[in-house]
Amino acid sequence: MNVELRQPLAAARVKPTVIDCDIHPTATLADLRPYLSNRWWDYLQTYGERRRHGFARSYPYPKVTPRACRRDAWPPGGGLPGSDVDFMRAQHLDHYGIEYGVMNPLSPTGQGEQNPEFSAAMAAANNEWQMAAMTGREPRLKSSIVVPYEDAQAASAEIKRRAGNRDYVQVFMLSRTSEALGRRRYWPIYEAAVEHGLPVGIHVFGYSGWPTTATGWPSFYIEEMTEHATSSQALVTSMIMEGVFERYRELKIVLIESGFGWLPALGWRLDRNWKRLKDEVPHLRRAPSEYIREHLWVSTQPMEEAEDPDHLIEVMNWIGFDRILFASDYPHWDFDDPFVALPPNLDAEQRRAIFSENAKRVYRFA
Amino acid sequence: MRDVRAVDCDVHPTVPGWAALTPYLDPFWRDSVEERGIGTLESISYPPGAPLTARADFRGADTLAAASVADLEPVFDRWGADIAILNPLYGIQLVFNEDMAAAFARALNDWIAKEWLDRDPRLRASIVVPLQNVEHAVDEIERRAPDRRFVQVLLLAMGEVPLGRRALWPLYAAAERHQLPIGIHAGSAYRNPVTALGWPSYYIEDYAAQAQGFQSQVASLVSEGVFAKFPALKVVLIESGVTWLPAFLWRFAKFWRGIRTEVPWVDRSPAEIVRDHVRLTLQPLDGPDAPAEVERIIEHLRSDDVLLYSSDFPHWQFDGDAVMPAGIPPGLKRKILVDNPLKTYNRLNAV
Repeated sequence: MNVELRQPLAAARVKPTVIDCDIHPTATLADLRPYLSNRWWDYLQTYGERRRHGFARSYPYPKVTPRACRRDAWPPGGGLPGSDVDFMRAQHLDHYGIEYGVMNPLSPTGQGEQNPEFSAAMAAANNEWQMAAMTGREPRLKSSIVVPYEDAQAASAEIKRRAGNRDYVQVFMLSRTSEALGRRRYWPIYEAAVEHGLPVGIHVFGYSGWPTTATGWPSFYIEEMTEHATSSQALVTSMIMEGVFERYRELKIVLIESGFGWLPALGWRLDRNWKRLKDEVPHLRRAPSEYIREHLWVSTQPMEEAEDPDHLIEVMNWIGFDRILFASDYPHWDFDDPFVALPPNLDAEQRRAIFSENAKRVYRFA
Repeated sequence: MRDVRAVDCDVHPTVPGWAALTPYLDPFWRDSVEERGIGTLESISYPPGAPLTARADFRGADTLAAASVADLEPVFDRWGADIAILNPLYGIQLVFNEDMAAAFARALNDWIAKEWLDRDPRLRASIVVPLQNVEHAVDEIERRAPDRRFVQVLLLAMGEVPLGRRALWPLYAAAERHQLPIGIHAGSAYRNPVTALGWPSYYIEDYAAQAQGFQSQVASLVSEGVFAKFPALKVVLIESGVTWLPAFLWRFAKFWRGIRTEVPWVDRSPAEIVRDHVRLTLQPLDGPDAPAEVERIIEHLRSDDVLLYSSDFPHWQFDGDAVMPAGIPPGLKRKILVDNPLKTYNRLNAV
C-alpha cells in the first residue's frame, strides 16, 4: 500500500529544474595563498583568524558533525566537503539536475574579522578563488561577492571591482554583524549593490561580538541554531525601521538559511507596533510588512516542518509564493534534499516558482 | 470559582514614585534613597510617555495610568474580569547592586499587598524577585509565598543569562514547591543589548525585539532540561505577541530531531514540551487584520489550552473595548477567559 502511494508522488517529484540558492564551497587557507599578499599570508601564519569570539581554531558551539557537514560529502579523493568541484558536480549538481547553484562561501572568508584590512584581503581572495576553482570550472556554479562588511567603504570597493563579471550574482553578507544591518554605516554596501543591480544575500552565521541572545549566551549548539532566526528577525526589523528601503527603493534582500516561517508573524508584529509608535520613525511611509513584501526574498533551507503540513503552506501563502527560493545548503548536515524537501501538497506552479522561477528573476539568470 | 466570567492575567499597576515605596523600605535603604538621591526605576522598556505604555484615555490628569485600584475600572467593569493578576513593571531587575535589588523587591511586593491586594479582593499579584542573586530571589519567594494572593513569580524576557541556565534552578524548585507558575514578561534588565546585533536605534525596535527574547527563553528552558527536572512547573509568557510561537516550534523541533544527542534529557519534541508547560497571555496578539486569518494562526498553536485572557491594561494594545481579538473561535473563548487561567494558576482555585 505504501509503495503504491509513494511511487506516483516520487515520479511527480523527480527532475524538477532546480536552482539551488545555497551551496557552500570550501577553500582552505592554503587554497587562498595564491590570492593573498605576502603581508597577509604572514599575518595569517602569525596571528591567525581573529573573529569576534574566543576560539583560535574552533567554533564557540561545536557542530553536530565535523565541519557541520554530511558524512557522505567528504570527497573520496581527499580534501574538505565543498572543496572538490568534480565531486560536487557528481554528488550534487548532476544527481539533482541543478540548473544553477549560487555559492555562498562561509569560512575562512574574513567576514567579521576584527582586523578590517585583513578582512578585506580575505574577501578579495575568496572572490578570486571562487572564480578560479569553481565557477571557472563549472559554469552552473555562480559566485557571490564576499564583502568585508564591517568596513562598508572597503565592501563597496570590492563590489565595484567584481560586479562587471556577471558570474558574480549577489553581494554576500552574514546575519550576525557588529551592528544591525539597517544602521547607516552599512548603507554604502546597499548603494553599491543597487548601482550594479545585484541582490544582497544575507546568510545566517557570523559573530557579532554580542551575545547570541538578548538574554546572554546560551549553552548549546541547538540554541545557536534556533537563534539564527531571532537574529534574522532583528536584522529585518532594523533594515525596515532605519529606512533602508525608503532610501534604496530597488534594493533586493535574499535571506539565506534563516528559515522563513517566522516572517509573517514578524510582519504582523511590526505593523501593530508601527501603528502605535509611528511618530518615532516618520521616515517610514508605509506599513513595515509592505517593505517585507516588496524587498525581501527568503530561501527554504532549513525548511520548517510543521506538524500539520497545511500550516506550513498557509505560512508560505502569507509570505508569497513569488518570494521563496529553493536552497539545499549542500554539503552541510542539515541539507534539504531537492527531491523530498518541499511539502508534497504544493501544486506544480508553486513548485516551479520555488525551484527555479523566483531565483531566475532575483538573480537574473537567463 | 464557578461564577468567574474572566481572569485577566496581565494588568500593570504603576508605581507613582519613591514616595509610595519608601514606607516599605528598611531604614538603611530608606536613608540611601534620600541621601544618595536614588532616582526612580522606570525602565526604558516602557518609556512613561510613550503611546504604547498607556493608552491616552487610560491616563489621568497627572498622565499616570493604573496608579490606583480605582483606575482599574475598565478591567473589571467594562471588560468583565472577576479576577485580575497584577504584574508590576518597575525596574527592580535593572538594579546592579543585588542587596539594593532585594530591598527594593521586598518594598514593591509589600506595597502591592498593602495598597492593592488589601483594597480589592478581586486582585492577585506576581512576586517580583531580585534575580541578580538567585538566593535573594528564592528568599523573596519564600517570604511572600505564604500569602496566597501572590500567584506567580515574575521575570523578564531579557536578563543576564538565559533562564534555563542551571544556576537559576533553585528558583524553579521554589516556584514548583509553592505551585507558582513562572511568569516571563516582556522587558529587559539591559544586561545585554536587546538584539544579538547590538543596540537598535529606536524604541519600536526594542519593543519588537521582545518577541525574540521570548523565543530565546523558551529555547533555553527546554534545551537545558528545566521541564524534565521540574515536571510540575508552568511558565507563562506574558505580553509576548503569541504568533511567533508555531514557526519557532517547527524550527526548534526540526533541529531537535537532528541534534537531540546534544541534549539527551529533551526526550520528546520541544513542541510537545511547550504545549504541556508553557502558556501565553492573549494581548497583544500579533496577528493579521482579517479575522479568518487570525483563526488560522490560532489553529497553528494546535492547542486549546495555551492561551490565557489578558487586557495588558493600561498598555495600548487595542482600541475601544476590543480586548478579545476578532477571529478567536467562539468555542475557545470560555477556555481562554476562565478555564485555562484557572488550570494554570493553581492558587486561584483555592481562594
